[in-house]
Amino acid sequence: MSTTIGVSVPRRHTMAFDAERVRADFPILAQARNGQPLAYLDNAATTQKPRRVLETLQQYYAEENANIHRGVYRLSAAATLAYERVRATVQRFLNARDPHEIIFVRGTTEAINLVAQSFGRPRLEAGDEILLSTMEHHSNIVPWQLVAEAAGARVRVIPMTDTGELDLGTLDELLTVRTRLVGVVHVSNSLGSVNPVAEIVRRAHERGIPVLVDGAQAVPHFRVDVRALDCDFYAFSGHKTFGPTGIGVLYGKASHLQAMPPYQGGGEMIDRVTFEGTTFAPPPARFEAGTPNIAGVIGLGAALDYLHDLPWDEVEAHERDLLRYATSRVESVPGVRVVGTASEKAAVVSFILEGVHAHDVGTILDQYEVAVRTGHHCTQPVMDRLGVPATTRASFAFYNTRRDVDRLVDALGEVCKVFGR
Amino acid sequence: MDLRDLYQQVILDHNRSPRNFRKLEGANRSAEGSNPLCGDRMTLYLILEDDRIADIGFEGTGCAISQASASLMTAAVKGKSSKEALDLFQAFHAMVTTPPSGSIETAALGKLAALSGVRQYPARVKCANLAWHTLHAALAGSGAASTEAAMEQPDETSTGA
Repeated sequence: MSTTIGVSVPRRHTMAFDAERVRADFPILAQARNGQPLAYLDNAATTQKPRRVLETLQQYYAEENANIHRGVYRLSAAATLAYERVRATVQRFLNARDPHEIIFVRGTTEAINLVAQSFGRPRLEAGDEILLSTMEHHSNIVPWQLVAEAAGARVRVIPMTDTGELDLGTLDELLTVRTRLVGVVHVSNSLGSVNPVAEIVRRAHERGIPVLVDGAQAVPHFRVDVRALDCDFYAFSGHKTFGPTGIGVLYGKASHLQAMPPYQGGGEMIDRVTFEGTTFAPPPARFEAGTPNIAGVIGLGAALDYLHDLPWDEVEAHERDLLRYATSRVESVPGVRVVGTASEKAAVVSFILEGVHAHDVGTILDQYEVAVRTGHHCTQPVMDRLGVPATTRASFAFYNTRRDVDRLVDALGEVCKVFGR
Repeated sequence: MDLRDLYQQVILDHNRSPRNFRKLEGANRSAEGSNPLCGDRMTLYLILEDDRIADIGFEGTGCAISQASASLMTAAVKGKSSKEALDLFQAFHAMVTTPPSGSIETAALGKLAALSGVRQYPARVKCANLAWHTLHAALAGSGAASTEAAMEQPDETSTGA
């Protein structure tokens, strides 16, 4: 259910996914420069927004704007209802047990910092260990280094193979009596590898160790079920899920959230305040100090409603086709080597072109209106492990087509011409 | 915008065969330079004799613009006094940060003028400046330069990216 990408599953006969029809829902994809339409292949950095999200934001600010959880007047009550409805939408989206297990945050980074500070920090003592993986985004490394350093604890690392798969052969040795938490990325942003998160959770839980999953690159590509994964925490970002920037989600099991101290103090998160002391509201309010990003939440709800209406079997088949087609076409360019060839991958193709640095590739592709990401993708340990300074990364969403791949490959031909390859 | 404005033959040549690309034995000054956002890194070595750059070498990885800029820079400053080298930095910096609509003076820059196309690509200005910031750090004896730290200096606010 959560790891069907890359697995060839015999499909019932469905209509092929109509990417062209879906593209019409995304106004930005209609733009062109010098007669060249935009080939947007940087979806792992951020995704484009469907008209439904844009119209929902416009309507909220034009007709429904009010602060939540405090006004007794009509608009405030309506805004509160709309905000809390999205909490239930997210709960269904992740198949969480209860809406109170959904915390709204700024994004995946803040979600992980919240867990590091409120769940990790109070538990960490000198000599304790946090276990991460080689392919974590910096946002699932640095927050743990900060709390580990303060406690005298250390960060240990699950190794990665040359193809970009987690090497779980040593996992049993890495899970020790000092391990306080495992943090692992569901889908690698730089390589596209889909990690066997359910297995990692199972093996950690056998030793009573909780697991946080960074799902930022997973939820845009396939359905995620946090109860099937049985993870303790799951984080994702709205803007990588076709919603607005500045909004994200932390899912946490209710038993953990109830036992955790607040992350930030302020209004909204209290039960009673006196100068002698303050008692805190139960989750999720305990973790949502101050006026939240109300419009962001409502926009995220519109994005998730949009995703809900998509035919996901067809979407996943379409993305598998894009991945296969892109991999074979990009590999056909002389001098190209694809980096990250895990057996299970989301639609991400990271590559190097021999003799040409990724930044030069990116600048030249941009002249042909092909937008890709170049560099280390905030995963320097991955680059170090694979011995490459930087890659060019094409990352796809369901609105991409084979035509976008052709544009990428044609533009790569121009790169080769400029560099005399 | 023509890609050939950016990727001139001189730049492609210096990228393919960078000059002075070596660790300099007997160097009495060196500095590390990095562009943290894109991961470009270089180490610059100098032999400074009586305030004159008697020899210079560099090592590192980066894009064609940063490699060519470092190569061209080492060729341009070899034999110059530190003040002459820093004056050249000023002129170079002005060339790559002047908006495309403004006029630039390249007469004093010689081969370095090949990098004038960079000003049309604000995201790449830091690539061209990395070597020069590193030279500045080596001459100042501070040992390290980062294009991000440089961004915080008022005279660098126009480097874009």
